[in-house]
Amino acid sequence: MIRTNLFLLAAVLICALAAVSTNYRARKLVTEYEREQAHMRALEVEWGQLQLEQSTWATHARVEEIARQRLGMRAPKPGQIIVVVP
Amino acid sequence: MRLTRSPLLDERLPAWRAHLVMGLLLAGSLALVARSIWLQGVNKEFLIGQGESRYERVIEMPATRGRILDRHGDVLAISTPVKSIWAIPEDARLTPAQTRELAKLLDTDPRDLTRRLAAERDFVFLKRRIAPDIAARIGALKLPGIHFQDEYRRYYPAGEVTAHMLGFTGAEDMGQEGVELAMNAQLAGKPGSRRVIKDRLGRIVEDVESIHVPQEGRDVVLALDAKLQYLAYSRLKAALAEHKAKAGGIVMLDAKSGEVLALANLPTYNPNNRAGLSGAQLRNRAFTDTFEPGSTFKPFGVALALEKGHVRFDTQIQTAPGRLTINGATISDAHRHDVLSVAQVIQKSSNVGTAKIALGMRPEDMWTMFDNLGFGQPLKLGFPGEAGGRLRPWKRWRPIEQATMSYGHGISVTLVQLARAYLAFARDGDLLPLSLARLEAAPNVGVRVFTQQTAKEVRAMLEMAVQPGGTAPGARVPGYRVAGKTGTANKLEGGRYADKYVSSFVGFAPASDPRLIVAVMLDEPAGGRYYGGEVAAPVFAGVMASALRSLGVPPDDTLRPMQMANVAPAGEEM
Repeated sequence: MIRTNLFLLAAVLICALAAVSTNYRARKLVTEYEREQAHMRALEVEWGQLQLEQSTWATHARVEEIARQRLGMRAPKPGQIIVVVP
Repeated sequence: MRLTRSPLLDERLPAWRAHLVMGLLLAGSLALVARSIWLQGVNKEFLIGQGESRYERVIEMPATRGRILDRHGDVLAISTPVKSIWAIPEDARLTPAQTRELAKLLDTDPRDLTRRLAAERDFVFLKRRIAPDIAARIGALKLPGIHFQDEYRRYYPAGEVTAHMLGFTGAEDMGQEGVELAMNAQLAGKPGSRRVIKDRLGRIVEDVESIHVPQEGRDVVLALDAKLQYLAYSRLKAALAEHKAKAGGIVMLDAKSGEVLALANLPTYNPNNRAGLSGAQLRNRAFTDTFEPGSTFKPFGVALALEKGHVRFDTQIQTAPGRLTINGATISDAHRHDVLSVAQVIQKSSNVGTAKIALGMRPEDMWTMFDNLGFGQPLKLGFPGEAGGRLRPWKRWRPIEQATMSYGHGISVTLVQLARAYLAFARDGDLLPLSLARLEAAPNVGVRVFTQQTAKEVRAMLEMAVQPGGTAPGARVPGYRVAGKTGTANKLEGGRYADKYVSSFVGFAPASDPRLIVAVMLDEPAGGRYYGGEVAAPVFAGVMASALRSLGVPPDDTLRPMQMANVAPAGEEM
């Protein structure tokens, strides 16, 4: 009788400790998950800013100005175009 | 066992002492039971609430507004979080040096800043929506009583080029103008919130429930082509400066699908910095301003006459002596012609010829055609203030009105309506609804207004108008067959026609299989020239040439490009 009781007591103790540690681990995981989510949001914000930066650099007005002024490019005259019809 | 023997135990105690102890113990345990019933049962809700308020938090989950993209996925409008800086004036006790530093970073006057911080309020915004890097530098100063708040700011990379098309958002990130308003339901996000448990260090340790799931705004893909938009805008801007015009507008449509590829108005504004805007800049003229279209309207009356069999392509019409008097009112031509065929009436843009053709038709038929073409009613694309134009009921038309309407006076339209109506000629007589959003597939058939034969004949007439002998040789595009019509309309001022003009041109190319429709309008050109063929047609040609090349449309002109080299205009640009 005493042996059974001791066994059950040990089992209860182990279960109790396991519950505590699992709860603790779960909380740590939630914290980690939240941190990653925050990281994801930060990356999304950065992505948006990069898109904005890219489209600002790629403004047609700016591209045209650089092509004309700095690179000395010009549009071909109609006679200089050969159209390849598939 | 002497130790166990105590004389005290030999004495008998009075019984009431034992009873007293028993009674006290009983009362004590009853008190405990009562207390636990109070805590666990009666007062439970309050205590749970108090507990939760100490470890539970409701977190706002912001939702971003969707992006606006052009048809190739280029970003036209995007929201990005920025910081707003606010202060609790009572806490913000800054030294003069700190105030100066803060004012410098905020780009304001230190005195103004001091005045704001002296305000008798609990909360004052110092500056809204500042760039994140400046916010970080202010944060590094660690000033007392100065706080930050995340807000979204909308950016428009193309700035003034796309201003009227996109519009802008106002307070609370809601659309106020243009596409931002027209497609607000799709773009706007719904912020959500959720309940979490935080630990002592402020970390989230448990996700309890989500109260409202946040709904991110969806992206909008427009039909707009950013490159064509820039071409159209820059050409119009150059023409406006050259001809000293008051305002202008340009619309480019895809003839195959009815998509709006480009739309620009001048004067314009920079949507990223809207300080000091005037109403003239804000007006989306192509949608809100109606004008008398003038000769660009002629093809419609002629098309109806062809349709009803009143005239044929080559019916001869006497236009000499260039004047026609109806009930005392006189219609005249800018240039005198003699006998013209119907095609030549369009080519030479004869008012008298068009009026004579129109007078042979029933007003009811004309009205029905105008109505079918969409005149007199707003397009209902969702833009604010879309105008419908003036189209009076046919029962009240006088003959002179019927005549003037055939050449675009006594009726008013918007530029977008006019461009759309030309879809009927550019296509085989049917009209498509316009689309601001990119379409995956072109609509099969639109609403039929003219027969295929009529559309074909009018196309041939419009092609003659840009050839030598027509009113708009300036609209020609090397390598492509072009069709179009000029318009030069007197402006009404206080009920009388003034010496001010609206020059316009509407056309499409390649004429063998129309791909693009471009409508150009310049209001009050004051540079000496005002004919549509001289003012608006070159804008059309420039935009059309670049657009066709940019889209890779194969040339359809019988003249080979090699031969074109000699006759190409000198100033051929992007």
